[in-house]
Amino acid sequence: MLDSETNSATIADPKVVCRDVSVSYSGKQALFDIDLDIGIHQVTSLIGPSGCGKSTFLRCMNRMNDVIDGCVVTGSISVDGVEILDDEIDAVQLRRRVGMVFQKPNPFPKSIYDNIAYGPRIHGLVRGKDELDEVVQTSLERAGLWEEVKDRLLQPGTGLSGGQQQRLCIARAIAVRPDVILMDEPCSALDPIATARVEELIDELKRSYSIVIVTHSMQQAARVSQRTAFFHLGIVVEVGETEQIFTNPRDERTQGYITGRYG
Amino acid sequence: MQVWLILGVILLLASYGYQRGRGGALASVSGDASKLHSLPSYHGAYLALWAAIPALIACVIWLSAEHQIIKMLVISGLSADSQALEPQRLALLMSDIRNLASGDIVRADPSPEVQAAAVRYAELAQVSLYAKLAAIAALSALCLFFAKKRIAEQFRARNRVERIVRYIMIAASVIAILTTIGLVLSLLFEAWRFFLRVPLHDFLFGTHWSPQTAIRADQVGASGSFGAIPIFAGTLLITLIAMVIAVPLGLFSAIYMSEYASPRARGAIKPLLEVLAGVPTVVYGLFAALTVGPYIRGFGESFGIDASSESALAAGLVMGVMIIPFVSSLSDDVINAVPQALRDGSYALGATQSETIRRVVLPAALPGIVGAVLLAVSRAIGETMIVVMAAGLAANLTANPFEAVTTVTVQIVTLLVGDQEFDSSKTLAAFALGLVLFFVTLALNIIALKVVRKYREKYD
Repeated sequence: MLDSETNSATIADPKVVCRDVSVSYSGKQALFDIDLDIGIHQVTSLIGPSGCGKSTFLRCMNRMNDVIDGCVVTGSISVDGVEILDDEIDAVQLRRRVGMVFQKPNPFPKSIYDNIAYGPRIHGLVRGKDELDEVVQTSLERAGLWEEVKDRLLQPGTGLSGGQQQRLCIARAIAVRPDVILMDEPCSALDPIATARVEELIDELKRSYSIVIVTHSMQQAARVSQRTAFFHLGIVVEVGETEQIFTNPRDERTQGYITGRYG
Repeated sequence: MQVWLILGVILLLASYGYQRGRGGALASVSGDASKLHSLPSYHGAYLALWAAIPALIACVIWLSAEHQIIKMLVISGLSADSQALEPQRLALLMSDIRNLASGDIVRADPSPEVQAAAVRYAELAQVSLYAKLAAIAALSALCLFFAKKRIAEQFRARNRVERIVRYIMIAASVIAILTTIGLVLSLLFEAWRFFLRVPLHDFLFGTHWSPQTAIRADQVGASGSFGAIPIFAGTLLITLIAMVIAVPLGLFSAIYMSEYASPRARGAIKPLLEVLAGVPTVVYGLFAALTVGPYIRGFGESFGIDASSESALAAGLVMGVMIIPFVSSLSDDVINAVPQALRDGSYALGATQSETIRRVVLPAALPGIVGAVLLAVSRAIGETMIVVMAAGLAANLTANPFEAVTTVTVQIVTLLVGDQEFDSSKTLAAFALGLVLFFVTLALNIIALKVVRKYREKYD
């Protein structure tokens, strides 16, 4: 599908390798033969107009599409060389390793502490209360939220501001120590200040995790990501180094989108 | 008959008023409805309301006063002897006169005085009918006439009509509220009379219930004892059995329907469960009394337990089945109201479906589920027919579900069924029980609604 001369869909040392990924919802095809590699310890951003399939593609990588009736995914996605679209693979195990942060912050109606402790508890990652306390603190610290909430860990997570809630959701995702974090427009419900904090956080997190972020903000993609893939009408039009995509796009559709001619 | 005639006349005048109002409004702008402040139909409705409402109010007043006035007129025509009769005898005489006037069966050979009075009664009723018709038609026509004068291009008929409609709706809800207040007051007054005879603490804390009282002085063996504890205990026992059945079954079916069932299965199961809610309780009662009760007795016998064929267990089991759709339908609604985003968040952390349901969905839906259960409890406490048919009448103070017990509702029914005098402690006890029932279910409903509302605020 992709011309390897104009696209660098494949990279050396990939974390996730996607080949010929197609998705259809109740017979209507949404993604066509996507080839894309996700690099280790870097941020890959997926950009493109609404409805182009970037969120659908994101949800393939932790099989969240399984939850949707009538959704069929074909092709091959492998994480660390293990095929994940195989029926043998337990989606529940996969999602422990491939975490996800959603567009709208969705803390559970539980205390801040219990929100973070949720993942470690269900996966039995910790032994005893002390270890759990430690995981909660580390996760909140890494999400840059510890200082703000350390005195109110037992208050409901739903009582935090929108930006704090989103960082709580990120802390919740990293508490299970995943390898990959998928972010579906994580800042679209946040104000500029909260957005800046989350972006700083993403930059921090890429040292330990491989991150894929869907965003509608070209500036955000340019600021946080090392690689960018431009989706349009269910295909990857162009993928490459973020700098190259934004300064010297090879495809005129990419050029058109990033200069604001459509989308 | 009379009432239909009057209503017909009012309806006729109202529809005439509607036509005139509509036509008049259109005529005032020579057919161009866009020049009117209000649509022509509002002008019509304005006239129709004026034609109907004052006339209806007058009609209600007339009908309620008519009987008293005619009675006074008839009595004033009676002989001085008859007028001097004591009130009850006079009422008896009046009812004779009225029966005779309407051609019903009366006591043997009425006296000439009564016959004359009956003729007079019939005459007066006839006059009243004509006068009523004339007065109401005149009032209606008069209102119509004055209202018609206001029809004009800039007349704000829409605002007026909407205001009148608003008053009508307020009146409707006021009637509902007044009825409730009246209901509570009647309960309170009768219960007050009961508590004058039986001390409150004897009623609330007494452990012996035997409401038979002697009507005549020479009767023996029925002293009357009104300790309601066995009844409350019986009610609680049956409610408990019903909830033990209904809560798990209802909750599990709600979880299945909202979380696991395919849309097709859900489409089939939900209506089926709701059919259970539509079965008349007397049919459940038959089932409990004729099928479940004897089966439980047989089952108990095979284990050497002495079970009576009317048992708390039979009534409780069947009542539990009856309540399942309440619990399942309400719980299904609250579980569905839990945002999908919370489930996604849990799945994305690698939780399985059952972990997600247990740890995220159910805790989030818990207040709503508690509300559903409380509503079901108040339904179980107030349920009558099943317990009347299957639980028995014996006021046993027991926790053994194989024994017959009785409930508050059953006792109210048995105290009031049949020929009763309404000033004995026995019948008045029913009102005291009703009062207790009313307040308990009221409190449960208030708590349930509060809990449900608190839950709603969270996600809206």
